[in-house]
Amino acid sequence: MHVTGALKIKKGQKGGGGLAEPALVRWLLIAVALAFLGLFLVVPLAAVFTQALDKGVDAYFAALREPDALSAIKLTLLTAAISVPLNLIFGVVAAWAISKFDFPGKSFLITLIDLPFSVSPVISGLIYVLLFGLQGWAGPWLSAHDIKILFAVPGIVLATIFVTFPFVARELIPLMEAQGKDEEEAAMVLGASGLQTFFRVTFPNIRWGVLYGVILCNARAMGEFGAVSVVSGHVRGYTNTIPLHVEILYNEYNYAAAFAVASLLALLALVTLVVKTVAEWKIQEETM
Amino acid sequence: MIRKQLLIITLSALLAVAGPVAAIAAQVELLNVSYDPTRELYQDFNAAFAKHWKKKAGEDVVIKQSHGGAGKQARAVIDGLEADVVTLALAYDIDEIHSKAGLIPENWQKRLPHNSSPYTSTIVFLVRKGNPKKIKDWNDLVKPDIKVITPNPKTSGGARWNYLAAWAYALKQKGGNEAKAKEFVTKLFKNVPVLDSGARGSTTTFVQRGLGDVLLAWENEAFLAVNELGKDKFEIVVPSLSILAEPPVTVIDKVVDKHRTRKVAEEYLKYLYTPEGQEIAAKNYYRPIDKKVAAKYAKTFTKVKLITIDDVFGGWQKAQKKHFADGGTFDQIYTPSK
Amino acid sequence: MNLSLKKHSVLPGFGPTLGYTVFYLSLIVLIPLSALIFKTAGLTWGEFVATVTAPRVVASYRVTFGAALLAAAVNAVFGVLVAWVLVRYRFPGKRLFDALVDLPFALPTAVAGITLATVYSGGGWIGRYLEPHGIKVAYTPLGILVAMVFIGLPFVVRTVQPVLEELDAEIEEAAACLGANRWQTFSRVLFPTLLPSLLTGFALAFARAVGEYGSIIFIAGNMPMVSEITPLLIITKLEQYDFAGATAIASVMLLASFIVLLTVNLLQKWSRRFAE
Repeated sequence: MHVTGALKIKKGQKGGGGLAEPALVRWLLIAVALAFLGLFLVVPLAAVFTQALDKGVDAYFAALREPDALSAIKLTLLTAAISVPLNLIFGVVAAWAISKFDFPGKSFLITLIDLPFSVSPVISGLIYVLLFGLQGWAGPWLSAHDIKILFAVPGIVLATIFVTFPFVARELIPLMEAQGKDEEEAAMVLGASGLQTFFRVTFPNIRWGVLYGVILCNARAMGEFGAVSVVSGHVRGYTNTIPLHVEILYNEYNYAAAFAVASLLALLALVTLVVKTVAEWKIQEETM
Repeated sequence: MIRKQLLIITLSALLAVAGPVAAIAAQVELLNVSYDPTRELYQDFNAAFAKHWKKKAGEDVVIKQSHGGAGKQARAVIDGLEADVVTLALAYDIDEIHSKAGLIPENWQKRLPHNSSPYTSTIVFLVRKGNPKKIKDWNDLVKPDIKVITPNPKTSGGARWNYLAAWAYALKQKGGNEAKAKEFVTKLFKNVPVLDSGARGSTTTFVQRGLGDVLLAWENEAFLAVNELGKDKFEIVVPSLSILAEPPVTVIDKVVDKHRTRKVAEEYLKYLYTPEGQEIAAKNYYRPIDKKVAAKYAKTFTKVKLITIDDVFGGWQKAQKKHFADGGTFDQIYTPSK
Repeated sequence: MNLSLKKHSVLPGFGPTLGYTVFYLSLIVLIPLSALIFKTAGLTWGEFVATVTAPRVVASYRVTFGAALLAAAVNAVFGVLVAWVLVRYRFPGKRLFDALVDLPFALPTAVAGITLATVYSGGGWIGRYLEPHGIKVAYTPLGILVAMVFIGLPFVVRTVQPVLEELDAEIEEAAACLGANRWQTFSRVLFPTLLPSLLTGFALAFARAVGEYGSIIFIAGNMPMVSEITPLLIITKLEQYDFAGATAIASVMLLASFIVLLTVNLLQKWSRRFAE
């Protein structure tokens, strides 16, 4: 399944290609496809960097060094540093249970794991307002005990965990299913312990999938806007993440700075794509 | 193994944040939750107040700011954003903090002079240089080829003032009545191509994206746009009649009592009323209420006939119910006409 | 009971891993989502129906689901084309374009939103060529479509691509031998094989577009009845202190996304059977 842009696992030789269209048709199709990709992907990507450097390189770095920008970067790194490992652990554990065993209700469980992916980010934020808001379930109790969740770092982290919940799991489940369980069973028969089997046998097979799952999860965690916007409270220098800081700069006629900060996220996206491409090569190499 | 490492990473990351927070706690902190166009005002004012408080109480005060559409901001406070003071666009949103969450007493607006509004403002038009569409007054806005930019009255305080100013104008014309006013406002909103959720979004749409012929804006927001983005690009047009906008301020009692910041929070708001505070407000194009400061800046602010919300609409509660509640006149404007 | 849950396997850890999965799932996803259901349950049935069928709300469904369907359709057509070109042809920069297809997964939505609004508005790189022809993209329903096409772009490409890669060349050759021309081969032989994965990609792109918020609010005009999407309406309700209304609309959307997901999973089962 490709819910989160799973790695392509190519099996053996490429099929097809035996017949070809006339050169004219071929080039026409290529031209249309590239024009479409250019219009929707290349142009916007180029625009981010052009706009960011609109006022020169000095202005670009000044925008990144500004205290509110630094605190937004720090908060974003912190949020990712907490939510990604938690979802990684979950992803590996869930993938083990789902791919190595058969049990009733499995596909229902998978659907539930997918749910945060298709729930609108606005709703993801809203549910935490309902839970932890002063008018919500736990709000009055939390307030009485002076525990801040909503409009503070924990709320932002929770909302981020929610929206990035399926990423690692969805990456690993198809990968581990494809690999079957023969190798693990053999290891067990030879007397390895469960954890040994996992770290010596399973993990080397899935490490590129894990890496890509983690980096995709990380990109989303750092870039989440809708859900975080609902729970943040927008206190400058305290509860603004990078995407929220971008929005603020954008609303302050500070377009060059907005795009400068946005370009950090765009760079992160490009790194994500590179890692993905490398991971795909490696998996192909190893399965051949 | 990996789990342990992850745990260590997570814990140390947590400590890394907890550290600085603990260090900051030695000084006083205030959170001011405000609406969109006051960013520049409070940037200046907070710096001045920090100096003032240091001199007066010998204490360092750090003022945190949060800005957004007035409705969103009030909602956040109701949901538990621990604002020591709120400085919002209109009284209705602060009333909601009383009625929905009970964080302040009902008579909050009586606690500070001048309906708790240390500065006032009004609604003006921002047009493109040379006023190519010859927009002079409200009735020019309903002409068929005019595009008007205003935020959404449902979510933006400023937009509610815009809407009510237009309504009041139509009402005050010869033979004006409620039905005609509604017709006028309906026509006006037919000319609105974009409804942003806050005042800042609308200004961006008009100024940066070049959309529309006229922006209905806070006076201070219009001045700021002209000054920041070039006098050669925009002009301010003051209509024959507008509305006296009173953006009120208050301390949030439950929060300041919990934070033990009542003294500094109250002083913060009172400082807005002092000549220094008034001067900062005037410099940021808010109309000062202090007579002396007002006289000094008289040139900046065009004299305009201002109606008040109490006179024409019977106060915010009534206006809100009639115009902006679900099914109110604003919703009726957007109900498809058969 | 416990024993009959799973087939016999020598592998350990079924209990703890499944237990942890369900625990974490409940903690992060199910309990918070149930708050939504409970809050909605506070409304009477009549109030609920009145809220979720108010004209402005219905108009927002039309905008959201309509644009999402259209965007998924655009992506279905161009997605197959892009996948086809990437799998079948050689051209310079192919690797680069292949990698770039995933950009919408990795690029934060807010960045996509301000960028698309900049590029497609009247003075922008693309907008300036469209506007003279009377085509306005930014701040119109068309802008919503553009944003939804952007975020949904990878789905169809990435579901169709692997199927296309594994197609056996012999089938096409056989069709050609039997006298079919290229177009007939594609429409009668290839297309039916691609259909399940195409539908899956379509449904995924649709699901993603329906829930999208960040990139759309920057480029849509947000006009009630015309270009206001449902997630924005939820936020608007929230900002009017109408919590019950916001949760009622949210639960309708939640139900919709759950149905779409179930459909996707069924489609995938179907396509797997197809593949075998």
